Amino acid sequence: MTGPSVAVRGVEKSFGDLHVLRGVDLDVAPGTVVALLGSNGAGKTTLVRILSTLTRPDAGTAAVHGFDVVAEPARVRESISLTGQFAAVDGVLTGRENLALVARLRHVPDPGAVADALLARFDLTEAGSRGAATYSGGMRRRLDIAMSLIGDPPVIFLDEPTTGLDPQARAEVWRTVEDLAAGGTTVLLTTQYLDEAERLADRIAILHEGTIIQDGTLDELRRLLPPARVEYVEKQPTLEDVFLALVGAGDPPAGKDPR
Amino acid sequence: MSTTHVVDDTVALTGRSLRHILRSPDTIVTTAVTPIALMLLFTYVFGGAIQDGPTSAYVDYLLPGILLITVASGVAYTAYRLFLDLQGGIVERLQSMPIARPSVLWAHVLTSLAANLTSVVLVIGVALLMGFRSGASVAAWLSILGVVLLFTLTLTWIAVLAGLSAQTVDGASGFSYPLIFLPFISSAFVPTSSMPGPVAWFAEHQPVTAVVDTIRALLAGQPVGSAIWVALAWLVGVLVLAYVLAVRAYRRKIT
Repeated sequence: MTGPSVAVRGVEKSFGDLHVLRGVDLDVAPGTVVALLGSNGAGKTTLVRILSTLTRPDAGTAAVHGFDVVAEPARVRESISLTGQFAAVDGVLTGRENLALVARLRHVPDPGAVADALLARFDLTEAGSRGAATYSGGMRRRLDIAMSLIGDPPVIFLDEPTTGLDPQARAEVWRTVEDLAAGGTTVLLTTQYLDEAERLADRIAILHEGTIIQDGTLDELRRLLPPARVEYVEKQPTLEDVFLALVGAGDPPAGKDPR
Repeated sequence: MSTTHVVDDTVALTGRSLRHILRSPDTIVTTAVTPIALMLLFTYVFGGAIQDGPTSAYVDYLLPGILLITVASGVAYTAYRLFLDLQGGIVERLQSMPIARPSVLWAHVLTSLAANLTSVVLVIGVALLMGFRSGASVAAWLSILGVVLLFTLTLTWIAVLAGLSAQTVDGASGFSYPLIFLPFISSAFVPTSSMPGPVAWFAEHQPVTAVVDTIRALLAGQPVGSAIWVALAWLVGVLVLAYVLAVRAYRRKIT
């Protein structure tokens, strides 16, 4: 495919009097990670829902992987995976059953083997036979993302993937996204954390009051401000540095192969 | 979207919600407990005052209504499970996947049929211990199965509508109380002729009486008369209405 993986033109969406999206334009190039940055209520989730065919835009067009979200929603669904804001895993089923269910629904051959491979890749093999309700927040989120990868969709939407996670779980999710990007998957993620966008994204789009007010690489965004001055500041470790050093979460978990 | 996908996806999702029930079989037991308690209460406490003669004769009289109460309380779990799926984002996840969309609702409906049938069998088992006997033929039993399944299907689509429109967990299951209450103002426990005028009129013209009379006649090996057509007309009519409203609520929910 030559065009952008995600192409949004003039998309508008209102809920009653609330004009959430007021003409959004956004491109995501194939194989890149784009962070949609915005505060709570900026409309990030609404845009992701439109791109995932869960909501129709009032005006404008949106295409994913070359398919229009309104005209060809079934083709769009074949090309994407959505990981919503709240880890949508079935707590009664085990981790393995959750994965196997999605594999069956995506009609991939040998759902059991697919489930086992993903459990291993996401360090969930031991927990795989336990009910997902017993998982920690980070494990649930990992399972959630693993479920999204089944069937190798070329485009993945991650809606606030680290909201509500502790720092270790957050670092785990970040490594997962980096692995995805390294594997050539197109990722559109929404976040309200600036450091998350800075760390993961090739390009950052800032959604504010219903439109994209800036869109560019981190360097391009930095150049919007006056050039940096050199100052000498004593570098104190942040509380996060201290916390991660004390609990030893800086290293990737054993057995994980960051390809 | 091919038809085989509809079947495959429905089977996969039904397997999932049946697992929910197998892992908490208490939902089947609690569904059966209230009707069994009512059956014991009416037979051994009120039964003597309601009807002269052996208690086993009253169990025979009572059972059809008790079975309907069983189903009416059982479908509350269907609304509850659907509501939790919506709440937890599971429905949203499924809707963003390339699956046959009706499968999501049909899986809950088929699970409801299986779970309620199990509770009904459990209640009939207790009734047998209490002296219930029937000389009904195999054909009559198959007809009873058909009527109970149709009744369950109708109530299940009402439950789906409730689960889709509810704002809270309590709201999702609260719709079943009037359904559980309806058999009390019908021919389920006492003949409608013993009721005062307006109540008797209501009892004779509401669907539960027709369904109860049909099942009772089938169990007793008597001709069902016109009751079965009235019952079928009611059940199919309400089923179609509930189905249409539920599908519309579902569309509104997902687009």
